[in-house]
Amino acid sequence: MTRIAIDPITRIEGHLRIEVEVQGGVVTDAWSSGTMFRGIELILRNRDPRDAWLFAQRICGVCTTVHALASVRAVENALKITIPENARLIRDLMAGTQLVQDHVIHFYHLHALDWVDVTLALKADPEKTSTLAQSISAWPKSSRTYFKGVQDKLKTFVDSGQLGIFANGYWGHPAYKLPPEANLLAVAHYLEALDFQREFIRIHAVLGGKNPHPQSYLVGGMATALNPNHTATINAEKLGLITKLLKQGADFVSQVYVPDVLAIASFYKDWAAQGTGLGNYMAYGDYASDNQGKPETYFFPRGLILGRDLTKVQDVDHQQIAEYVTHSWYNYGAGDATGLHPWNGETKPNYTGPQPPFELLGDGAKYSWLKAPRYQDNAVEVGPLARVLIAYAKDKPGVKPVVDGILKQLGVDATALFSTLGRVGARAIETQLMINELPKWLGQLEENMGRGDLKIHENSLWEPSSWPKEAQGWGSVEAPRGSLAHWVHIKDGKIENYQAVVPSTWNAGPRDAKGQRGAYEQALIGTPVANPEQPVEILRTIHSFDPCLACAVHVVDPKGREYANIRVV
Amino acid sequence: MANPEILSDGVWAALERSMTSRTTSRNVSRRKFLRFCSAMTAALALPLSYTTQVVEALEQTRRPALVWLEFQDCAGNSEAALRASHPGFAEIVLDLLSWNYHETVMAPSGKAAEKSLADTLKDEKGKYIAIVEGSIPMANNGIYCTIGGRTALDLAKEVCSNAYATIAIGTCATFGGLPAAEGGITGAVGVGDAIPGLRLLNLSGCPANGANLAATIVHWLTFKELPATDSLKRPLFAHGDRIHDLCPRRPHYDAGQFVRAWGDEGHRLGWCLYQMGCKGPNANYNCPQVQFNDATGWPIGVGHGCVGCASPKFWDTMTPFYRALPSVPGFGAESTADAFGTGAVAVVAGLTAAHAVGSIIRNQGAKSNGQPKAKKTIEPNQTPARPTEE
Ligand code: SF4
Repeated sequence: MTRIAIDPITRIEGHLRIEVEVQGGVVTDAWSSGTMFRGIELILRNRDPRDAWLFAQRICGVCTTVHALASVRAVENALKITIPENARLIRDLMAGTQLVQDHVIHFYHLHALDWVDVTLALKADPEKTSTLAQSISAWPKSSRTYFKGVQDKLKTFVDSGQLGIFANGYWGHPAYKLPPEANLLAVAHYLEALDFQREFIRIHAVLGGKNPHPQSYLVGGMATALNPNHTATINAEKLGLITKLLKQGADFVSQVYVPDVLAIASFYKDWAAQGTGLGNYMAYGDYASDNQGKPETYFFPRGLILGRDLTKVQDVDHQQIAEYVTHSWYNYGAGDATGLHPWNGETKPNYTGPQPPFELLGDGAKYSWLKAPRYQDNAVEVGPLARVLIAYAKDKPGVKPVVDGILKQLGVDATALFSTLGRVGARAIETQLMINELPKWLGQLEENMGRGDLKIHENSLWEPSSWPKEAQGWGSVEAPRGSLAHWVHIKDGKIENYQAVVPSTWNAGPRDAKGQRGAYEQALIGTPVANPEQPVEILRTIHSFDPCLACAVHVVDPKGREYANIRVV
Repeated sequence: MANPEILSDGVWAALERSMTSRTTSRNVSRRKFLRFCSAMTAALALPLSYTTQVVEALEQTRRPALVWLEFQDCAGNSEAALRASHPGFAEIVLDLLSWNYHETVMAPSGKAAEKSLADTLKDEKGKYIAIVEGSIPMANNGIYCTIGGRTALDLAKEVCSNAYATIAIGTCATFGGLPAAEGGITGAVGVGDAIPGLRLLNLSGCPANGANLAATIVHWLTFKELPATDSLKRPLFAHGDRIHDLCPRRPHYDAGQFVRAWGDEGHRLGWCLYQMGCKGPNANYNCPQVQFNDATGWPIGVGHGCVGCASPKFWDTMTPFYRALPSVPGFGAESTADAFGTGAVAVVAGLTAAHAVGSIIRNQGAKSNGQPKAKKTIEPNQTPARPTEE
């Protein structure tokens, strides 16, 4: 038996360490550790709840926007504020844009190099690459000359001997299966996607002033003033720019991203049987079409699937969530075997790992800064796959035909969805669904403005003097990486307690009190490892979840500072 | 500042003539390349005659090495780098530099990634640039951030002290930022405090504008040195001017036209956000000129106040974000923006010229030393010197 540690796991957000045991070329056990801690919820205590979203947004710069949104929703839920329709539409436009852009970046810049051998692209015939490209898509940049240009550029780069971010990649590993032409196609689109992500997210600069970390949210609405006839506000010209960018986005998603995912997947069908994982899937749901946020109106439906049983989708009640610290570097007052709902969350940091520098974290009872959230004591997976499965099982209009069509095209059945490849495919599917939907929300905003409805903020509860003495609330978002929620307790106009349970806490968290593995850990069991020095297979399954570790580590405790042992060295 | 997009064709023609004897190995059109060099010259507030020097520097054959470390971060600065447009991320990473280590985007993981770092330290010792994103936790022997089993401080010491220079990017790396805000327990500090004595540039902002990163890189490639800085080691080209002085809403401030409630008529007419808590009068940053995401927008531009995100301790000194700056020194403690109606324009103009506004809400030093809170200026008071034009 060999124990290997992969740290840093790269092409993710944040600091993730994976240790696995490998026997006979297969992973037999796995431990997922978050190795960075900031304590943002402690910092939020005693602040003005209206400021919280700016702090919370900095939980993550990759999943930018989503924590801002969860935060304002949590405070609005506590204070019983209903936002105007225009504010809801702008928020949904921003969140949906973020989802599309983030999924494209994930596929090309964070995940593709697990499937694409960049060096093999040099062996491709540009003519054949052009034929391949034209056979899968109407995307205009598909000529022989275009691919020859990309190949020449790559050759100049490789010949320079300075391989930069591509140096020491696992090139030549037997797990790479694409023909040279598909590799060249992917390299070309890796570069195109760099341009796409930069251009498309300008929508955030229009509606939020910048990206990352747009700055236009408000408790009660948005700060994005509307006036069709003024240059300093959202006007007809800016709506026109968004329309144009959405159109470009739709072209890229349907003519580049989705065809590429299908083309690459067709060479890796064996990965539809790898990384199957927990088989439990959860989504809070999101994108309501009414201002009360009624779950029945969600574009991404709410639900829980247990044991891969697509015939039963249960409802989700946030009160059924509990977080465990049995294997996390914290202690609970009532003992480490207890689970606590976020409203009662407490954290006493208690690092029991080896002092750095260390080689292995080992089998210590505690091994991560992430807690282990559970739903009715079930470990669950969240994210695009969970959302697509729930929409599919609930027969949400427009979803089943798309999913069935793709399964048919790849020649696999629905069980193929419960896999590493299924996560990649689900991400592409929901990107296509979202890019189709976004222009409708923009159209509604335009229509409202045309009717003279320029309301953007609910002012009546802005001043803390109008608030109850004490209030509790929660706000959820279906972020690109899955179900995200913030919980807030407000007292005397200030934050008494703040807690976030984020997608990557669900997915990357450690074992719980019963020893049940988290989603990453379970998904790694059975993964082949041809060469422990080049664990590309492990990266495939881990990256299929799109890890975001800055999000996942958090702490809240009214008395946290008393427990902390601060020693400045 | 010259805007390259509006330079006349005559200027372009002249630039191109001066370059005709050269060929470029890069796969961008000569015109596009020159346009970019000219944009950089303008972004760095250099005279246009420097363009030739910029072009030459960017055409050198061996690309200088760079490593990018991430500690207590949110990767927001990495994402901001992805949004850079002149030059874009692809050009920076593939054409201009040898981008040897950056966890968010690099191909290898684990041991193979560590090799990329070790090779650079060995082969490029004293020559590479180190970029650090995120704060460094000093408490509890550094266990709040480890990578490959090593602490952030341990890694930063080795990597930064062997670099030609270090660029701290984002307010966490420059000044401690969010993890160092009141309530934090990890002993987070910026790079300059964690490792004194480095040749350091603080590219502050939450996150730092990708355009400023691009400009800094081009400056380094061109002049082989870091750009001139203010007293906080921030580049003057990005922090030489106060937002309030270059804000397009400034005429409304001077005229006493303020947004009083979100979405009110003033808000819909682009009036001044001072009453809604704008910290532009206390912030030196080039957002009004450069803006974000290829000059598409900026926070005040969409209707939300500035939060002073490039200043040390802004999470404590600029909050509550929606409370109007209480007073402006020189007008007496009770003076507020309301007093600056049309009648006060001349006085305000004089005040502005002296960069005298320095009021803050919370005192940055109050937490650590236990002293009673007192007013303290957090931005440099004096008008900083411009880079010399030889
Ligand atoms: S207070 Fe803010 S919005 Fe008003 S002029 Fe100054 S920087 Fe601009």
